[in-house]
Amino acid sequence: MKIPDLTELALRNLRESFLRNSLTTVGISVGVASLVAMLSLGIGLQQMASRRLVKSGLFDTVVVTSRRDLRGMGREEERTGPNPGESRVLDEAARQEIEHLPNVLEAYPDIRFITELRFQDKPHLTMISAMPDSMKSNDAFEGMQGTFFTSDSAPEAVLQKSFAEELLGKTPAQGTPEPSVVELAKPLLGKELTMRYAQRETAPSQTVPLRPSDSNLAGASYSVVSREQTLKIIGVVDLDPESMRGPTRGKVFLPLKLAESLRVMQPTDLREIGRAGSGEPVYSSLSVRVKNPAQVQVVEDAVKKMGFSTFSILDATKSLRQFFAVLDLFLGIFGSLALAVASIGIVNTLVMAILERRREIGIMKAIGASDGDVQLLFFAEAGAMGILGGIVGVALGWAIGQVINLGTNIYLKRQSLPPENFWSVPWMLAIGAIIFAFLVSLISGFYPARRASRLDPVQALRYE
Amino acid sequence: MTPISSVNASAPGSVAIRIENLCRNYRMGETLIRAVDGVSLDVPSGEFVALLGSSGSGKSSMLNLIAGLDRPTSGSVVVQDRDLAKLSREELAKYRLHVVGMVFQSFNLISSMTLAENVELPLRFAEVDRSKRDALAAEALDRVGLRARMNHRPSELSGGEQQRAALARALINRPQLLLADEPTGNLDSRTGTEIMNMVRDFNQKLGMTVVMVTHERALAERYAQRMIFLADGKLVDDQRSVPAAPVVGSRGSDS
Repeated sequence: MKIPDLTELALRNLRESFLRNSLTTVGISVGVASLVAMLSLGIGLQQMASRRLVKSGLFDTVVVTSRRDLRGMGREEERTGPNPGESRVLDEAARQEIEHLPNVLEAYPDIRFITELRFQDKPHLTMISAMPDSMKSNDAFEGMQGTFFTSDSAPEAVLQKSFAEELLGKTPAQGTPEPSVVELAKPLLGKELTMRYAQRETAPSQTVPLRPSDSNLAGASYSVVSREQTLKIIGVVDLDPESMRGPTRGKVFLPLKLAESLRVMQPTDLREIGRAGSGEPVYSSLSVRVKNPAQVQVVEDAVKKMGFSTFSILDATKSLRQFFAVLDLFLGIFGSLALAVASIGIVNTLVMAILERRREIGIMKAIGASDGDVQLLFFAEAGAMGILGGIVGVALGWAIGQVINLGTNIYLKRQSLPPENFWSVPWMLAIGAIIFAFLVSLISGFYPARRASRLDPVQALRYE
Repeated sequence: MTPISSVNASAPGSVAIRIENLCRNYRMGETLIRAVDGVSLDVPSGEFVALLGSSGSGKSSMLNLIAGLDRPTSGSVVVQDRDLAKLSREELAKYRLHVVGMVFQSFNLISSMTLAENVELPLRFAEVDRSKRDALAAEALDRVGLRARMNHRPSELSGGEQQRAALARALINRPQLLLADEPTGNLDSRTGTEIMNMVRDFNQKLGMTVVMVTHERALAERYAQRMIFLADGKLVDDQRSVPAAPVVGSRGSDS
C-alpha cells in the first residue's frame, strides 16, 4: 500500500475507537512529557551552570604579570614564562598590545592597594581594588544592593559584604546567621567614606641628579604625598567579585579611571624606580578578559610569547559538561521509564484492536491484502499514536517546565534572589523526543503488527 | 489494465481451475477431520459451477482452497497455470487481489468505511492512483446500481444492497474468477434472485468463471451450468444443469 493510503486508513482506524486510542496516546504523551521535562531540566541546569561560570569571570580571566616582578601571584603557575631577565615591563604599551590580541575582550590594570578608610571617624584598613565598567555584568554583582558606578571616574565605592559588616560593627559570631545584604546596605548607601592614601608624584625633573653621567635615571625620582579622597557608598555586594585572587582580593571597589587618576603609591613602585626612566605608569599586573573560556589557553600562550607571566584557572567547563552528560543520561533513563510504560499501553491497545478487528483483517486479506499490507497498517497506527503522543508530550513537558520554573522563581523572589531560568527545551530535544516516541511506538507495534499479519483469513472470517 | 467490460479471461473452453486429488485435513484435538478428501475437478473458463452439499460437506473448505485463503494438505489447485500450493504468502495475496473476486454470505463489508471506500479497498492494495480509483469505484457501483449511495456506510443499507456492494468490490480488480460463498444465504428470495441475476450477468457478459457454494439445489439448478455435489469431503456427483445460458465448455469430469 502507498504511504498516503496507509496513513489515511490508519488515522481512520484510530478514529473508530477514539476513546481507547486517545487514552493510549495520552499515555505516550505523559511518557514523552516526563522525558522532555527531565532532559530539559538537565539541559537547563547545565546552561545555568555554565552561564554562571562564564559570568563569574573566573574562567575567562587571565592575570598577566611581568616576570621581573618577584611577587606576582606567588603560585606554581608563575614559574611559566620567560626568564626574568627577558621579561618586559608591563606598561601602557604592553597593555594595548595585549588588548589587541585575538579573542581578547579587554585588558585593564589591576590596581589594588591596602589603605585606610575612615567611616564615621573610625579607621578601617582594607584592600581596595579598581573595577572596570565591564565588570557590571559580572555575576557577583547580581545580588548587589544599590547601583554600580555611575561613571568610570565617579568618586564612588562599592563595598563587599564582609567589609560592610565591619563598618557597622556587625561581624557575626561563628554559627549565627549572617545578616542579609539588604540589612547591611540600608544604613550605608549614600553615606561617605574618607580614603587616605599615599600618592606618588613625579618630582620636579632633574632636581636630584645622582651622577651627571647617569642622566636617564634622573626622571625616576618621585615624591610621596598623603592625600584624602571622599567616596560615596553606592552599593553593597553579597558575593566576592574577586574570589580567584585569594588573600589579595579587594573588599572595597572603586571605578577604574578614578583609581588610575589617584596615582596611588604601589608596592612595586619601589622596585620599578630603578628601571623605568619616565614617569609612565608601570602596572604590577593586568587582568585580561577573554571572549570565551575555551580560548583562555590560546590567549595565555600569546601573552607568554610577548614575555609575560600568566595565570588563569583552568577551564572547568569541560569537566562540567562531562558531569552533565552523565546527569542527562540518568534523567533520560528515569524519564524513559514512563515512556516504557506507555509503550506497553500501545502493545495492549493494538492487541485489543486485533481481537476486535479480526474479521476486518480477514476481509482485507480475502480481498487481496498481503501480510505486509496488514503489518504496515498496524505499524502506521502505532506510529501515528507515537507521533501524536510525541507532539502533545513535548508541549506538555514544556508546559510543566514553565510552571515549575514560574513556581521556583516566585520562591526565589521571596528569598530575594534573582530569577533563574533553569528549564530549557531546545528544538533538538523537542524534535528528538517526537522521533523517539515514534520509534518506541513502532517497536511496540512490532509484535501486534506481526500477529495481525499472520492471522489466518479463513479463521478470521469464520469468527463472528 | 483492461476496462471492466472485458475481463481478461482466458479463451473459452480452456481450463480455468484444475483441481487434482485435493485434500485438506484439520486436526481438532485428537480427531482428524478430512474436510476435503481427494477431489479432482476441472472447471473450464467461463463456466458457472455450483458446489452443493450439506453443511460440513467440505464445500466451503474447497472454495477457500480455490480462493487461496487456505492451503491444501495434499493435492493441487491450479488456476490458470498457477499452482496455488507452490505460491508464497506474498504471491498468494497477489493472486487473491488480481485473479479472484469473492462474495460471502455475510457480505463482509468493512463497517467503518463508506460503500465507495469499501469498493475501492482492493485498489488501494493494488496501489492504484487515487484519481483512477475514484472513477473505477464509481463505475463498479454504477454497475450494481448503488452509485447514489456511495457515501453511505454498510449499516445504512439493506442486505441486498450490501451484497451488491460486495459484488462491486469483487469486480473492481477485474478478476477472472468470481467465488461466491452462499451469496444469497442472508437474503430474502426476491433480493436473492436480484443478486443471482447479477452474478449470472457477470458470468455471461464479462466472461467470468463463477464458482458458487450453496445448499439450495433449486438456486443451483436455475443459475449454474454445472452442479458438483460434495459429501464428507468427497465429490459424489457432477451434473450438468438446465442449460439456461449458452453452455461454454461441455466437458464434464467423472463422478
